[in-house]
Amino acid sequence: MDDQISLRVTRYRPDKDAEPSWQDYDVPLREEWTILDALNHVKNELDTTLAFRWSCRMGICGSCGMNVEGEPRLTCATFLADYAPGPVRVEPLGNFPVARDLVVDIEDFMEKLPRVKPWIIRDEEQPVDDGEYLQTPEELDAYKQFSMCINCMLCYAACPVYGLDPDFVGPAAIALAERYDLDSRDQGARERLDVLIEHEGVYGCTFVGECTRVCPKHVDPAGAIQRYKLKAAQQSVKAFLLPRALR
Amino acid sequence: MSDLLYRRPISVWWWTRKRSYFLFVMRELSSLFIAWFVLYLLLLIRAVAHGEAAYDDFLDTAASPWLVAVNLVAFGFVVLHTVTWFSLTPQAMVVSLRGRRVPAAVIIGAQYAGLAVVSALVYWLVTR
Amino acid sequence: MRFSIYPFIWLAFSGGGVMAAIFLPILAFLFALAIPLGWVDPPTYDHIAAVAGHPLTFLVLLGLFPVILIHAAHRFRYTLYDGLQVKHKGLVALLCYGGALAGSFATLVFLGNALTA
Repeated sequence: MDDQISLRVTRYRPDKDAEPSWQDYDVPLREEWTILDALNHVKNELDTTLAFRWSCRMGICGSCGMNVEGEPRLTCATFLADYAPGPVRVEPLGNFPVARDLVVDIEDFMEKLPRVKPWIIRDEEQPVDDGEYLQTPEELDAYKQFSMCINCMLCYAACPVYGLDPDFVGPAAIALAERYDLDSRDQGARERLDVLIEHEGVYGCTFVGECTRVCPKHVDPAGAIQRYKLKAAQQSVKAFLLPRALR
Repeated sequence: MSDLLYRRPISVWWWTRKRSYFLFVMRELSSLFIAWFVLYLLLLIRAVAHGEAAYDDFLDTAASPWLVAVNLVAFGFVVLHTVTWFSLTPQAMVVSLRGRRVPAAVIIGAQYAGLAVVSALVYWLVTR
Repeated sequence: MRFSIYPFIWLAFSGGGVMAAIFLPILAFLFALAIPLGWVDPPTYDHIAAVAGHPLTFLVLLGLFPVILIHAAHRFRYTLYDGLQVKHKGLVALLCYGGALAGSFATLVFLGNALTA
């Protein structure tokens, strides 16, 4: 195919520019190419100065998230030909500060994720000699969907609440908290609840639902958040009505 | 900010740029019209408490074109609230019956059934 | 477990949302459209007064209207914050929940008057 398509890409040089600008590149319109392939063509053949993140190129590492035509997408999972005749706008992942060109600063998410303690919490660790913690297929199914998160942060880019209030803990962090709460091996639900019961926690969410729509792994963070709201409310009512029973 | 990161501003019109965002804001705006109907029903009750003349006056005002237009729009928003609320419930709540997860369609259907029952009851109460 | 007011606000919001979804369509349809436009015969005054003044009506609407108003106030408050990016957060909260409170009080007064009328 001799066809070409134009990529309109954000450029931002922190030492030189006051604000981002656009640069256009003409790339071959290959039917099997993804946006990531097109970006790599630019970097290899047209302009080595273009900066962007990528790694596995197969939708499992979560590195290549960007806004393509305004939609948060994994560029390795988005086909170039779908945007013919173009031009295709490629911008840094939404709602995050731009560090350079298409690279965003993800420190905010890196700070929020450990806050929800996304690991198995036990009151007491079983001795290694007692063997592994056993889990039935049904117990796995209870949390499996939420364990599929690849931390790509497309959900944060889609969430208007996060965009308007960066204090919001955000969809992926809450979905991962739910993943561990629902894990039969975990005993840390109470600790996570104390973090998420606040306004910047689950109750900042207004159930827009965009996070679920853009998630490439079908995690359904919106569903996780609403379930968490109900769970937290049930716990609060219980604690309010029977404080002594819980002590 | 002294760092060299660029923070993109969010336009006040962010919700007009995507269909899903627009529908979301419309859904949230329904709250205004829901409050309006509570006020309207309270004014009706007040009129009834003030006697037959007040009740008749209320009905006459209610039939005036501008108020009907407002109420038509408001009713549209009430329907939007009901439809979106019912369709979101299965995503927000996991209901298990006998160890199996109740399908979303059943949850949604049950809500509409409840709506039908309540509507029939109120209709009968008012018009008998 | 640490105490937070947010779960309780959310419960009121959710409860009000369910009540609004189930009760408002028929009430709005009947009293704002069908009866004023003559699609349905208006109830006689004696009948509507009897219904409005019934103790059961008093209890049901007293339970319904305030929680629906809280739902609407809560949702509208966030519409202003997110949709219009209104920055006076304290003032908005005061006006919204204050409005719901005023409406709840009005509910009590008007329903009470209908009861004794």
